[in-house]
Amino acid sequence: MTDTTMTTNAAMTETRMEDRILPDKTIGQVHVEHPRMTARAVDVHYGTKKAIDSVTLDIGERQVISFIGPSGCGKSTFLRCLNRMNDTIDICKVSGLIAIDEQDIYDPSIDVVSLRARVGMVFQKPNPFPKSIYDNIAYGPRIHGLANNKVELDQIVEMSLRRAGLWEEVKDRLDQPGTGLSGGQQQRLCIARAVAVSPEVILMDEPCSALDPIATAKVEELIHELRAEYTIVIVTHSMQQAARVSDRTAYFHLGKLVEVGETKQIFTNPVHELTQDYITGRFG
Amino acid sequence: MTNLTAGALSPKEAIGRVAATLRRRRSAELRFRFWGQAAIGLALGFLVLLFGAIFSNGIPGLFQHYVVLDVELNKQRLDPQGDMSVNSLYAGDAEALIREGLLAALDNPTGRSNTRAARGIISSGSAQRLVDFVYANPNLMGQTVPVKFALDDDIDSFLRGFVDRNTPEADRRINDTVIQFVDKLVASERVSYEVSDYLFFGSASRDAEMAGIRGALIGSILTLFICVLISFPLGVATAVYLEEIAPKNRFTEIIEININNLAAVPSVVFGIMGLAVFIVLFGMPRSIPLVGGIVLALMTLPTIIISSRAAIRSVPPSIRDAALGVGASKMQTIFHHVIPLAMPGMLTGTIIGMAQALGETAPLLMIGMVAFIVDVPGGVMDPGTVLPVQIFMWADFAERMFVQKTSAAIIVLLAFLIVMNASAIWLRKKLERRW
Repeated sequence: MTDTTMTTNAAMTETRMEDRILPDKTIGQVHVEHPRMTARAVDVHYGTKKAIDSVTLDIGERQVISFIGPSGCGKSTFLRCLNRMNDTIDICKVSGLIAIDEQDIYDPSIDVVSLRARVGMVFQKPNPFPKSIYDNIAYGPRIHGLANNKVELDQIVEMSLRRAGLWEEVKDRLDQPGTGLSGGQQQRLCIARAVAVSPEVILMDEPCSALDPIATAKVEELIHELRAEYTIVIVTHSMQQAARVSDRTAYFHLGKLVEVGETKQIFTNPVHELTQDYITGRFG
Repeated sequence: MTNLTAGALSPKEAIGRVAATLRRRRSAELRFRFWGQAAIGLALGFLVLLFGAIFSNGIPGLFQHYVVLDVELNKQRLDPQGDMSVNSLYAGDAEALIREGLLAALDNPTGRSNTRAARGIISSGSAQRLVDFVYANPNLMGQTVPVKFALDDDIDSFLRGFVDRNTPEADRRINDTVIQFVDKLVASERVSYEVSDYLFFGSASRDAEMAGIRGALIGSILTLFICVLISFPLGVATAVYLEEIAPKNRFTEIIEININNLAAVPSVVFGIMGLAVFIVLFGMPRSIPLVGGIVLALMTLPTIIISSRAAIRSVPPSIRDAALGVGASKMQTIFHHVIPLAMPGMLTGTIIGMAQALGETAPLLMIGMVAFIVDVPGGVMDPGTVLPVQIFMWADFAERMFVQKTSAAIIVLLAFLIVMNASAIWLRKKLERRW
């Protein structure tokens, strides 16, 4: 009896999903007044498979924008285009225009090293270097030559750890391995590491998916504070998280950017049916 | 619609059937465990046999018999030029003085056959030993002092009981007179059995009592030094290039296949290659550790490359992402993160490669490191030999005492191997602790 109902439900959802057509054009406000990064008609191919289909989006200065959508919808792929992390994948080809401060980041004259110094990244799984806490933070400033001497470097390390809300917890054990911290602390260490090179944009790829609720709350709090100085792009599977931390929300589906808008609007009054179904938890 | 419960068992029936398979599974597990233990037991048994054979022959091989003789260090006869120089000492008559000391210890027997028998008792290297002794202790000149000499290897093997004194005289290597003299020396407590200094400080010799492994040991060290100097950087660089930088195409695929095939090439082939290329084509001298090291390096390269690539592959991609994410260049990512993390694995491959190289004989035979060389090599350009080749040569000699020398040299080779591996493992641990 129960089985039958479930089957019917699933069948219904499937037929209804097929009925829905992806919009030709993104619904909502893709443009903002002060964009830090802009993407115009970005396509991404993995070999012959199209992973991102003509995405146009502005990322506003000192704003938090969250990318949501079901698994495999291309939100992480798009995120990784923003600091060219996709370059490491041989078969991945990006076309269209992505610019930071009106400068094309895929232009041959752009050095990917300097781009990544401007667009930092925090990954899904905390990935501190197997080095001391101090060296984890100091690595970026060292390779970019941001500190002229030890005192300056110490200051950068302290400042970064303070911004990541980790200073009080680790100040007495900076020489101990970063991998010895708890999962949540490790993730904040990674955020501090990204902050240490003074980027303009921080990309976060599901930063809380490997963390418990308390650590998640801390990281979210941190995102709140970082918003004052940085532009933050966050990919998340948790709609509550998107609702809590972001100013704008973008909904991706099958490689297309379906709808984008103020977070409040997206969650209270979504325009497209797909967005509506996703945020109400009907699929995804 | 089919009946969904058709063929399904009731929980009770299921429990019964599970219990039946459980017995089968358990006995299968017990059988498997038995075979596993039997295999390990067999392997351990062979290991015990191997070590038993080596040590039962090799431990006595580390020792030899010496005789203490009172020698008159006559200044005029030992040092005819009177300047205590090595030349003068070698021109002196050390041999006669030793003979006199020996005859005195035997209560001065007379007759040619007796003196000839007495002369055969001590090692033919005794004169050199006395010269060395005098050179080291010039202040003893003019006195009559006890000096220790090695006994001839035939006497040594007689004292070890390898020669039965009841066999007819004609069938023995030593005659009755010699046995009588030796008994006299033993009775006067002049004969001692101690750790052989010739074994560790002597070099190649046809006389078993004087044969030592110093030359071969130094040769091995020099050869391995060249080998590691070439193969480690080259192997690691190749592995890093193939894993991290090279595009994946037909060309790199061919290189990869060739490297894997190279690992399976018999080592003697590398020797032929070394002979043809380095000695014939480039005109390098034969028998030198430099050529030996290069040949062994080529032989160990595939081992190092393959294990280094595995080590590089085992570095988690998240670390590369992290480094690239803060803006490290590809080179910085490789040198700051990938190589340090892969280093323990690379060292393991190098240890295995070096252990192989240390025990390798065949390719070195091809490039002439099998020559009979008395001098200890002073550098990589001096002719020399290596431990396994020395063992191979000794195993070929007919004298009884070389059997024990061979096993003793094997023990030294094993000890060398253990020291080498232990230091590499220590190094690896130290590198790991840095994180």
